[in-house]
Amino acid sequence: MSVGALPRFRAENVRGVLRHGLITVVFCCFIAGALTITQHGDWRAQMVYSLSIGLISWLFIDIGRLVISGHKEILWPSGPWGYLLVAGGVTVGFLGGNAIGDAWTHQPLLDFRSFTERRLATTIVITLTATVCMCFFFYSLGKSKHMRGQIELAQRNATEARLKLLETQLEPHMLFNTLANLRVLIATDPPRAIAMLDRLNNYLRMTLSGSRALAHPLSAEFERLADYLELMSVRMGERLRYTLDLPEDLRDAPVPPLLLQPLVENSIRHGLEPKVEGGDIVVRAYREAGRLVIEVSDTGAGLDAERPNTEGSGFGLAQVRERLATVYGEQGRMSLAAEPAGGTRTTVSFPLPPRA
Amino acid sequence: MNPTALIAEDEPLLAQALKAELAAAWPELTVLATTGDGRSAVREALRLLPQVLFLDIRMPGLDGLGAAAELADSWPTDEAPMPQLVFVTAYDEYAARAFETQAIDYVLKPVQPGRLRKTVLRLQQALAAQQPARPAAAGEMLERTLAQWREVLAAASGNGASAAPAAAPLRIIAASDAGGSTVRMVPIDEVLYFEAADKYIRVLTASHEYLIRTPLKQLLTQLDPGIFWQVHRAVVVRSSAIEAVHRDEAGKLHLDLRGRPEKIPVSRLYGHLFRAM
Repeated sequence: MSVGALPRFRAENVRGVLRHGLITVVFCCFIAGALTITQHGDWRAQMVYSLSIGLISWLFIDIGRLVISGHKEILWPSGPWGYLLVAGGVTVGFLGGNAIGDAWTHQPLLDFRSFTERRLATTIVITLTATVCMCFFFYSLGKSKHMRGQIELAQRNATEARLKLLETQLEPHMLFNTLANLRVLIATDPPRAIAMLDRLNNYLRMTLSGSRALAHPLSAEFERLADYLELMSVRMGERLRYTLDLPEDLRDAPVPPLLLQPLVENSIRHGLEPKVEGGDIVVRAYREAGRLVIEVSDTGAGLDAERPNTEGSGFGLAQVRERLATVYGEQGRMSLAAEPAGGTRTTVSFPLPPRA
Repeated sequence: MNPTALIAEDEPLLAQALKAELAAAWPELTVLATTGDGRSAVREALRLLPQVLFLDIRMPGLDGLGAAAELADSWPTDEAPMPQLVFVTAYDEYAARAFETQAIDYVLKPVQPGRLRKTVLRLQQALAAQQPARPAAAGEMLERTLAQWREVLAAASGNGASAAPAAAPLRIIAASDAGGSTVRMVPIDEVLYFEAADKYIRVLTASHEYLIRTPLKQLLTQLDPGIFWQVHRAVVVRSSAIEAVHRDEAGKLHLDLRGRPEKIPVSRLYGHLFRAM
């Protein structure tokens, strides 16, 4: 749902108000019935008092809340306005309802002196309790409906993000070109075709399922990068050279799966692929002051050559940043810098768990 | 004389495979060269003047469509007829859809022998038809070929824009001036021409020059095609500002504009706009 100004009395809101009115009427009839039985009064008079007080309070509060915050997503005024509205509703309902009731029973208008003190207190307590209860009931009802909407929205967004992620990772152009290469190798170099098929198999399996696991060892992450880079180097031939540098003691460090994948993909797609002579990609992990630092650097076309809104790249980086923030909060960092010799260096760092 | 071809494909294995498949489907064809990027494809094609060009669409440097546009301009038409084009693509929704309706052929990667045989058949027919019965027909044939190229390049690079122009034409252009710190609002009525340069488009009025970052093909969809004409891969001019069209010794066209001193080059693909009525 968009947050822009909405019409205050849009159909959906008016329907909500009428529904509340109906529930209020039922509730008022119930109170009138209860009072008739306990106080042995005239049931018609009880009905008139009860309905008048209830309906006036309802109209006052429900229309009031639409006027104050009907244009927003949450239809209940925030802070003191909410309480003031209920208080106003109770007062207006009590005075107005009693006036109508008095007129119907031909008693002097709002003649509280003729009330016994007990009767006055009872009416006030009933009006107050009923109104507050109704308001709270409607408020909770609306709130849970709003929450349900929010949850649905969040689920839809998550599904959309997953789809988009899959789409960038399983980019059709990459997939079909890889298959085309595979087709060539099957005839010319079967052992290499098998090796390539295994890489593709790993890559697809990881892309399709891996993002669900919370963490895997850094060595596994590097193996997945090797799968992808090996596939790309079959395609690009000598234009792609790569180095993966993982120190022995960091092999078991836990990392979110496929965290680095979008960075390497960016290096290829926006760094090396546009360059006729291709270039180098270096992925390096090291330890620095209790943190794990991973650098992806390339000698490609560089940051400037990349248009800010080319498909994929912005999404890939945003996705890495988001995952770092989800897992490590403030402690997860990413930075992007131009290499002095041309090309781009992306650095990701986050705290290492204390060594066992 | 055996027919000749040039292959431009940036993935070495695929280039090799296409060559092998062609050898099987068309044994007489001589592949003069295989290049891995658009720039060298243009250079080699102009040097070797092949009869058939297989152009991968996605290539580093200059893509296949750009290479074709450059060749259209610099091909020496008195030495050799324009080459037959075949575009090669793995997956390119827009381009492939554009080619469906065009006279110019395309093959999808991985190249399948059956599909390639059809392409070869078409190419053989086209090459046979290329021998003009009478010299006068050569000019007509060139016109026809240029029209085909123009259509396919417009269709494949415009994302279908030619079919559905953007909702409303631009009226005001928000551009930065040469310093880059201020945004200037330039009324479209003052713009005499646009010229794409590297990452920018230069917007030229009678007295000023501004820069915008919108890609030219996106800008084109927002301009009224009756008012602004594309005359070159990188240039779009206000048609009513054109004062004269000149042809130099090499046969190339240039425009003089009212209000601008520069001479604007006209690409051969758009020369048809300026034929005397």
